[in-house]
Amino acid sequence: MSGPIGKPTPFIDAVQKVTGQAMYAGDYRMPNMLYVRFLRSTESHAIISKLDISEAESYPGVCAVVIGKEIPISFGVLPISPDENAIAIDKVRYKGEIVAAVAAETIEAAREGAKKIQVEYEPIRLFLEPEDSLETCAFHEQIHSHTKNGKNIHKTAELRFNEPEKEIKTAAHVRKEKFKFAGVTHAFTEPHSTIAIWNGDDTLTVISATQVPHYLHRNLAKVLELPMHRIQVKKPALGGGFGGKSDPFPHEIITAYMAMKTKRPVKCTFSREEVFITNHGRHPTEIDMSLSCDQNGKITALDTDIIIDGGAYGSFGVVTSYYNGVLLQGPYRINKFGFRTRRVYTNKSQCGAMRGHGAVNPRYAVEVMLDMLAHDMNMDPCDLRINNFLPENTLTVGQLRITSNGVRECLDTVRMKCDWDNRYGKLPSGHGLGVACGFFISGSALPIIWNRYPQTVVHAKLDFDGRIVMFSGASDIGQGSDTVLVQIAAEELGITMGHVQVEVSDTKTTPMDLGSYSSRVTFMVGNAAKTAVAKVREEMAKAIANEKGVIAEKLIFNNCRIYTKDETVDLSWEEGVEIALAGRGAFVESGYYISPKLGGTFKGAGAGLSPAYSFGSFISEVKVNPNTGEVNVIKIWGAHDCGKALNPLSVEGQIEGSIHMGLGQAISEELRYKNGQQMNANFFDYRIPSSLDTPDMDITIIESNDAEGPYGAKEAGEGPIHPVLPSIGNAIYDAVGIRMMELPITPDKVLSKLKMGK
Amino acid sequence: MGLKQIELTVNGFSSPFLVQSDEVLLFTLRERLYLTGTKEGCNQGTCGSCTVLLDGKPVLSCMTPTIRCVGKKIITIESISSGDTLHAIQKHLVEKGGLQCGFCTPGVVMTMVPFLEENPKASREEIKEGLSGNLCRCTGYKKIIDAVENAAEEMRS
Repeated sequence: MSGPIGKPTPFIDAVQKVTGQAMYAGDYRMPNMLYVRFLRSTESHAIISKLDISEAESYPGVCAVVIGKEIPISFGVLPISPDENAIAIDKVRYKGEIVAAVAAETIEAAREGAKKIQVEYEPIRLFLEPEDSLETCAFHEQIHSHTKNGKNIHKTAELRFNEPEKEIKTAAHVRKEKFKFAGVTHAFTEPHSTIAIWNGDDTLTVISATQVPHYLHRNLAKVLELPMHRIQVKKPALGGGFGGKSDPFPHEIITAYMAMKTKRPVKCTFSREEVFITNHGRHPTEIDMSLSCDQNGKITALDTDIIIDGGAYGSFGVVTSYYNGVLLQGPYRINKFGFRTRRVYTNKSQCGAMRGHGAVNPRYAVEVMLDMLAHDMNMDPCDLRINNFLPENTLTVGQLRITSNGVRECLDTVRMKCDWDNRYGKLPSGHGLGVACGFFISGSALPIIWNRYPQTVVHAKLDFDGRIVMFSGASDIGQGSDTVLVQIAAEELGITMGHVQVEVSDTKTTPMDLGSYSSRVTFMVGNAAKTAVAKVREEMAKAIANEKGVIAEKLIFNNCRIYTKDETVDLSWEEGVEIALAGRGAFVESGYYISPKLGGTFKGAGAGLSPAYSFGSFISEVKVNPNTGEVNVIKIWGAHDCGKALNPLSVEGQIEGSIHMGLGQAISEELRYKNGQQMNANFFDYRIPSSLDTPDMDITIIESNDAEGPYGAKEAGEGPIHPVLPSIGNAIYDAVGIRMMELPITPDKVLSKLKMGK
Repeated sequence: MGLKQIELTVNGFSSPFLVQSDEVLLFTLRERLYLTGTKEGCNQGTCGSCTVLLDGKPVLSCMTPTIRCVGKKIITIESISSGDTLHAIQKHLVEKGGLQCGFCTPGVVMTMVPFLEENPKASREEIKEGLSGNLCRCTGYKKIIDAVENAAEEMRS
């Protein structure tokens, strides 16, 4: 590659961000703007028996007070589970749910106004733990009326291939284990924020901190009963998402409704406590898993039964339920395979998608159990894994199509770099190494909402000034997707990145894109962008060839020049642009991406399908203090196969960020509840790793060059988190000989295991 | 409670303001001066995103009453770079990939600028210590620490 593709490239918005000039949703201010605050439920599960807003309505500065019945249409990110209302109607399902909203001239007036609302509750039976929700209850006690058999089970996802349960009864080596995982949350640094403007032409503009303008667009249209062509959703600079800004949220709909109602701009920004109680994080999870090997160390069967605690509403939960199972089909060949995931409703804040969606917790279980089996068989854990890796270009038992696959190279790399063969099992007591692998989708092959459109469209515009503008709905949430768009255009046209600018994430001006989730952007948007810009190049070449009497295919676009090898044509970029636009002016070319048709025909076959999968292997080195139970992760070697690193700087950043987040879930992060009340809704008590907790990181990018990815690229944002947690768990075993079956691995758990062991 | 007329010196410019007596500097900067480079990540004194300089020392503006800032020099992210020239820390954060979403970045810069002035020979471990009050959820801190190390080196030479 002669252009910027494959070279470490600082983000195009980095200077704006480092100087404080970048505009995040909370930085927008409009003339004559109102502020929204909420009255939130103090009960976990209760009938709203009285709701009197009259005193609030007459509070000085208050312009509008809204209750649930005014916005009665339910919504949800998945069209199969639209089980949430913008504001609770008749009953509340978790502590912190919005019961009424107040718009006022100042934040203070809105907050004080909300306090004047009189509300009374009649509590109903509480379902706080998954066991409660699996019990039968009276219909009126159910959290949602649509669940079946008098239980609060939202979804049961189950797939079985080749009777794994039979194999497990007879296999040479079997492990049956139980695992438990606390709920964790995204903890992005920017709180949710939304501005809504009702325009003079009866259109609605919503500027929001969202990963998926498209789903917000659709859900606003549905709930507000506005045609989609009258709604504009814009994503400004976004302060982190990790899945936590990928649902349409009640506050976004309420803020938009307030703007429609008052005909004034309205703004809502969350407090940190509101961010925590809104949650949508990783599900608390309980796993029963059986894994078997034959005497040669070949995995023969996996069977697992999983319960995930969804909280009060659906969110992405149906997908999460499937991902807990289907994403265990790699990176190892497992031909007898089965899972059942039950997602239950409970009276807590809802859980949804978070980095590594659905597969992080069961991945921990698989990798720890492989470590156990390796010890049972007296086999090196790396060798056991190598013995079972899927090859390239194969199908898994559930017909996931594996194409490029660099997992072996990943494992060989970290094994060599950490001197595994000389150090594993040989370090002094309290000091250990652990290995784990993982894989993840590069975008979901099937869209959430079935339709006949491509998954993304990118427009590239060329005008007389020689500038290329890339129009894309892709949401840069800090991962650098805007920069990749510019890199691709510069690469294809042989121009500088300075010639290229982006117009992004605006449903009025940018073609529809499904959003930043499921690690889809580089693969799908990258392909569409490459196609669009290649068409610009072809149009230019056609015009130049015509005028200069050469063959279009012989024209080379490089170094801001357009030339033939023999230099019979040698034009500057500007001269080429003038020829290309003569008599027609600016033009726009379009590229799109549609995933190839994949997968089986059985029910549930669509879950986990992706046009490509990323792979990775990580090794952690830990020290465990046997007196305090403290786990200190001192170094992590990470190798991730992202196909081709379009921007190695950002790929490394994604891997390093995944280590941070995986480390947090492994040793310190946990959403704690008492009687349904979240007990640690702040950064003092919900401990994300600080700079002092950061281990040394040795990152290797493995490039397997995927045949269908743009320039060979696959995902890097989510896959790298999967091996992090189990590599830490396995290293603790190497250090002190205890198996940590519950996360987070806090000192009290370590100490109690150490005592049991001795 | 109640309104107070005070004079504040922000980024070298003094002007009178009417503020609530219990107002915090973060609110004054963002809502009254519309200096939105200073970010509100938690408003609980836990994340460091709102860090500004008060007489050259980093403070959490969400925990600092505005009326206590009278007679002191307040410096925000907006005045750290001059024109086209980024501060060495900013430059290396950009080049090294020391930011992703960028929301914590102004606070990181405002913490590290006085830190390197006081500790020009800071070791990697000391930089980690100095950065420990600034939460970043994207980078895993590695590239931030790398950038600050490089900036320190450049500032020394």
